[in-house]
Amino acid sequence: MPDCQVKRCLAFKLLTVGVVDLNETMEMKKETGMLQILDIDGNYRKELEPDISEELLLRMYRAMATVRKFEEISMGLQRQGRIGFYIGAAGQEACSVGSTAALHRDDWIFPAYREPGALLIRGETVLQLFHQLFGDSMDYNRGRQMPNHFNSREKNVVTPSSPIATQIPHAVGMAIAAKHMKKKQIALTFFGDGATSENDFHSGMNFAGVFRAPVIFLCQNNGYAISLPTVRQTASETLAQKADAYGMPSERVDGNDVLAVYSATMRAAERARKGQGPTLIEALTYRIGPHSSSDDPTKYRKNEEVDEWRKKDPIKRMSAYLKRKRLIDDESDRKLIEDIENEIRSSAKKAESTPKPAIESVFENVYLELTWNLREELDEAVQRYGPGYTGK
Amino acid sequence: MTVRTLLQSVTDAMKTEMENDERVVVLGEDVGRDGGVFRATEGLLDRFGVERVMDTPLNESGIIGVATGMALYGLRPIAEIQFMDFIYPAFDQIVSELSKIRYRSGGTYTAPVVVRTPFGGGIKGGLYHSQSSEAYFAHTAGLKVVAPSTPYDAKGLLISSIRDEDPVIFLEPKRLYRTVREEVPDGAYTVPIGKAKIAREGKDVSLISYGAMVRTCLEAAEAAAKNGISVEVIDLRTLSPLDIETIISSVQKTGRAVIANEAPKFGSFAAEVAALIAEKAIDSLGAPVLRVSGLDTPVTYIWESAYIPDVQRVLSYINRSVSY
Ligand SMILES: Cc1ncc(C[n+]2csc(CCOP(=O)(O)OP(=O)(O)O)c2C)c(N)n1
Repeated sequence: MPDCQVKRCLAFKLLTVGVVDLNETMEMKKETGMLQILDIDGNYRKELEPDISEELLLRMYRAMATVRKFEEISMGLQRQGRIGFYIGAAGQEACSVGSTAALHRDDWIFPAYREPGALLIRGETVLQLFHQLFGDSMDYNRGRQMPNHFNSREKNVVTPSSPIATQIPHAVGMAIAAKHMKKKQIALTFFGDGATSENDFHSGMNFAGVFRAPVIFLCQNNGYAISLPTVRQTASETLAQKADAYGMPSERVDGNDVLAVYSATMRAAERARKGQGPTLIEALTYRIGPHSSSDDPTKYRKNEEVDEWRKKDPIKRMSAYLKRKRLIDDESDRKLIEDIENEIRSSAKKAESTPKPAIESVFENVYLELTWNLREELDEAVQRYGPGYTGK
Repeated sequence: MTVRTLLQSVTDAMKTEMENDERVVVLGEDVGRDGGVFRATEGLLDRFGVERVMDTPLNESGIIGVATGMALYGLRPIAEIQFMDFIYPAFDQIVSELSKIRYRSGGTYTAPVVVRTPFGGGIKGGLYHSQSSEAYFAHTAGLKVVAPSTPYDAKGLLISSIRDEDPVIFLEPKRLYRTVREEVPDGAYTVPIGKAKIAREGKDVSLISYGAMVRTCLEAAEAAAKNGISVEVIDLRTLSPLDIETIISSVQKTGRAVIANEAPKFGSFAAEVAALIAEKAIDSLGAPVLRVSGLDTPVTYIWESAYIPDVQRVLSYINRSVSY
């Protein structure tokens, strides 16, 4: 294992004196000790290439391409007012797909909101994702959460919330519990660079270090938390080096390189399973789209910067890699994307015509059983809307 | 049957359930080697080992967040927050996460965590070791809030809380920890969540309370009886879900209600009870619903005695109600 991979950064260099000017310093030193296997042209370092079956490689590629297309179409639905909101993952697809693919199927994922790829690579259908976006009666969340709060009990992907970083200690608790029950399952949690400023990041990292929890912290450093660049979140040279303070190893990887993400996750998972505790992975990536459908990124970043990052596109890179390995060619690639688009469009239609959850459902799942005050409110709502009301 | 203090009943409930169910684990600051700063977890580490009795870092949001993750996995964690005054770092984990997991996942995920914490004054704890902030939690959909006042109820309600499928904030009246004792059954038994108790029957006025204030109310009722006033004391035992039937039928009988608690009066849980009585029993009322509560100030160290309603203050509200 090259020593750049498990990196314990001991250098606490003072980068600047005073507060960093947001307009001057756009991002952290991105290249410091970063593992890259697949370069932007699809060349790869044979000696570092992870051993992934052809079947899995193709599924990974499909999942990544699906995330991209799904976003393109969903953003359109949002603009037409057919869904209320969208928060995308374009440019970051390699992070969720590459890492989840390296785990066992029964390991637990604690997502934020840019990880539909984690579900897709575990076999979730596009239709089910649309049920969440439309909040219809087939949605696991029963229409209670804003779009992009994807989860599935069946796929071991845990229910996310909107407050940033709150899922991090949950992943640690789950990992400790699995260890306590003498199970080999591990947990992986996704979060952004902004999340590393939240208390729960520190709580989770600290507990994981102390209890040697079998957990992987996967930070998608996409350079921004809404409008704020990473230099406004931390004065540390890297986010990976924060692992040092909690007594755990870390890796920095090219987050647009699906092979690097996969292999770093694999190493972290092996350590966790061997009882060697947690790992922090900092995946350097970039959000190509706006923060969400409500955001105007031109206010805080330049188009040239986005163009630079488009050249590092994770999907193009993987496509080039698969072509080099002769797993796909231009024709089959084109067909695949067409296929994906058809699936997405027909799924969107299906979900859109699925009835909303009935009015009664509003009062369910607050507790296991309906309390008297909820019963009173339920009766009032049913009186107004009629029993079984699902909208007009 | 063994004579136990309220504190010993709490310990016994945890021990009983840990013996019955290997999914039950305890975590918190100083709960292991030290047995807890109030000794509520004394003996559990020796009996059950470090994996089931976890001394955690000093970090409340971590304690609740980690407990939530453990519960998501299928364990039954009991998280101790050393004093209710220190629950606020975990407020987000309780209010945004623990309470909402069942709802936001459409019931596909649940997190049945019990958060035990000592609450209320009476130990000269000043601003930061005396608070009664139950209103924040009773206000939060998805949480159950339990506050026993006797050793028997403490054990039975804690066992019910551990077995409950929803998260429970279990409030322990710290000034009663060692001051009340009674015969408590050995082994497992439950007291149902959501059921109040008539702690003393009466016919002139309903005095509604919970936690340590129930003792004060019983003493006040005794004193009132000497003046010929018959006070019915209701020990709510559970704040959420509230036993509205017991409250309303008592008020319908007495026609008067005084609510006694030691949290600040403004926006308090007592206000909720008063509003419910006004909504559901206005026709029975012969006097305004009154609240005798803590002051709308932080709890003060030297004048704690002026802060927490005592027998005399409760009595004066009883008199105001019956003489209206
Ligand atoms: C506790 C909290 N504060 C603020 C917000 C509003 N908010 C939503 S996303 C976001 C930025 C998150 O940045 P980062 O963690 O880097 O993740 P990214 O969006 O870049 O993936 C903010 C401030 C929130 N959801 N939760």
